Amino acid sequence: MYKYDQIDRQLVNERVAQFRDQTQRFLAGQLSEDDFRQLRLRNGLYIQRYAPMLRVSIPYGLLSSAQLRVFARIAREYDKGFGHFTTRQNIQYNWPELPKVPDILELLASVEMHAIQTSGNCIRNVTSDHLAGVAKDELEDPRPWCELVRQWATVHPEFNFLPRKFKIAVTGAVADRAAVRVHDIGLILKRNDAGVLGFEILVGGGLGRMPIIGKTIYDFVEPHELLSRLESILRVYNLEGRRDNIHKARIKVLVKALGIDKFRELVDADWQASRDYAPSLTDTEIARVKSFFAPPVYQSLNDIDVVTDKGNEFRRWYQQNTRAHKVPGYRAVFLSLKSVKRPPGDITDSQLDAVADLADAYSFGEVRATHDQNLIFADVRQQDLFDLWQKLVAIDLATANIGTLTDMIACPGLDLCSLANARTYTVVDLINQRFDDLDYLYDLGEIQLKMSGCMNACGHHHVGHIGILGVDKHGEEWYQITIGGAPNGKEADLGEVIGRSFKQEEVPDVLERLFRVYLELREEGERFVDTVRRTGIAPFKSGAYAQDHQAA
Amino acid sequence: MRKIIKQREVIADPWRYAEESADAPAIIVSLTQWQAERDGLLASGRKLGVKIGPADKVEALAEDAGKLQLIALEFTGLGEGRGYSQAHILRRRYGFKGELRAMGKIQRDQLFCMARCGIDAYEMPEGTDLDVALTAFGDYSVAYQPGIDAGGVQLQQRTH
Repeated sequence: MYKYDQIDRQLVNERVAQFRDQTQRFLAGQLSEDDFRQLRLRNGLYIQRYAPMLRVSIPYGLLSSAQLRVFARIAREYDKGFGHFTTRQNIQYNWPELPKVPDILELLASVEMHAIQTSGNCIRNVTSDHLAGVAKDELEDPRPWCELVRQWATVHPEFNFLPRKFKIAVTGAVADRAAVRVHDIGLILKRNDAGVLGFEILVGGGLGRMPIIGKTIYDFVEPHELLSRLESILRVYNLEGRRDNIHKARIKVLVKALGIDKFRELVDADWQASRDYAPSLTDTEIARVKSFFAPPVYQSLNDIDVVTDKGNEFRRWYQQNTRAHKVPGYRAVFLSLKSVKRPPGDITDSQLDAVADLADAYSFGEVRATHDQNLIFADVRQQDLFDLWQKLVAIDLATANIGTLTDMIACPGLDLCSLANARTYTVVDLINQRFDDLDYLYDLGEIQLKMSGCMNACGHHHVGHIGILGVDKHGEEWYQITIGGAPNGKEADLGEVIGRSFKQEEVPDVLERLFRVYLELREEGERFVDTVRRTGIAPFKSGAYAQDHQAA
Repeated sequence: MRKIIKQREVIADPWRYAEESADAPAIIVSLTQWQAERDGLLASGRKLGVKIGPADKVEALAEDAGKLQLIALEFTGLGEGRGYSQAHILRRRYGFKGELRAMGKIQRDQLFCMARCGIDAYEMPEGTDLDVALTAFGDYSVAYQPGIDAGGVQLQQRTH
């Protein structure tokens, strides 16, 4: 993974010093609440319902064991013993004390980490494919490009106060596990007809109140032009994006209002006018950053059968929680953070320490955070899988539910968040209680259930195969359900609302009714989302509201 | 006497806004006034500056950048970020060589990035301790992006 040089280190240290000064000025009454807000947000600090929330950046989800141990220490010493992995591959702490936040940032800096631009109206953490570098369907490793974009975006003097937040994702594989089509900018690594590597650039995708799929602004951009193209897109957005209404300030609104062709015209004009001085990636710099992502030293192994003489539990886990690796003899392993005992994405300090030790022992000392709020050991020898599984079981990170209904995404909801309309964790619990039969879950197959406590859509409910959105109805918590959405690749689309919203306790019943319709209608090999898309939502709708009709 | 920061020094502001003193020898007019009275102002022999707001199109000064000694960019708050791009375009694209001034609701925490976009003068709100504000230019000693550094910010960058 990328290692800081003196420049990276200096920048992060200076950022900590700057924020320490800002915090002291605020606490001394020299900075207004409102002005400090803008500054703290750019360092990942929100004020939530009960305490500040600190969001720490995990660039494209990649972590070392040393960094995990610092996460554990922060959870222990500055929080209530846990952290929460988010859908942007970051980690959040929900209980730090404001005066101590500079100390936390200093601790993070000691292991090459920071909270720069993890919130606020600026360029956020660049996200990517959690199987980068190991997936069989990968054309090119996206991580060096993520790092180059990360550095360009960090404390960019011109783009630190944008109309609204700005999210960039990069993918280098066919399957698009980075969901690039629902980002402000999506970068897809590809080769042109001449075999030259470059990027397709998408712009204006996003979720939130106005969910929309991104449009292609450039079909092919060569690597040395990447930053200049990004810079022109950002400049047009910074100048032309709406600032009068927070709900209309994302780049997607601008792109939609102008149309992609007109928007491209403006970007092209800016790019032409700034060609002489815009940043350009040199081959030397690309090679320097690429060198950090060279594959680890794999052993020369063959694929082996690891399940035959093993019990059912291990087989299930192997089947559900491990993935193919491009190097023979290895697998990628998911650590499920979707235990029934904790909210999705939550992890305790002792689990973090244990994961760090296991990473050192089994996966070259590295771990990845996924958008689905799980962790991955990317490079595990197949011969070690059984041992590793036993150790993961012991720390409750081996729930064999990856890709199933209970591998749910959920934002923290009304339990912690001041924006939320409704609780999410109680709904997660209700679903976990109802759907506790793994064989039933496996029969239902791949289902991405995504839940948000409000229309800001941190839980990405629009692109869930099933989306659940908490809504406020006269002060009560209700839940609206969408079906047929998908986050990734060419199938990326937004779900459709099935009808009136439901009370909390109705949600598991409604899901069960939807699944009954699916099991009845599905054709060979169809996932839930495939069936919904083939039949349309009508049969699901009548299934879901069957009770209403009976009552009527 | 108004004090400003210019090129990392606190100085007395030699400029007046038109609404403060219509016949000052160095005068800053609004974009509207500039567009209405351009020729007369140019013929007056005074030093001329134009103030533009965040929503104004900087293209309006593309032709005249060489004739002005000052362009003032108004900032309406910490979250207002258009001025950074306006500054960038004026300096890099139009080759504006005069004083590029940030004014309005600006604070110490913005100065470093403003300087990196080519702003070299800062008219801070009344009551601001300008000597404290000056320390902002030392917030960072490194940067990832090529910048303009008109404020005299010294930075180390990767050289390849």
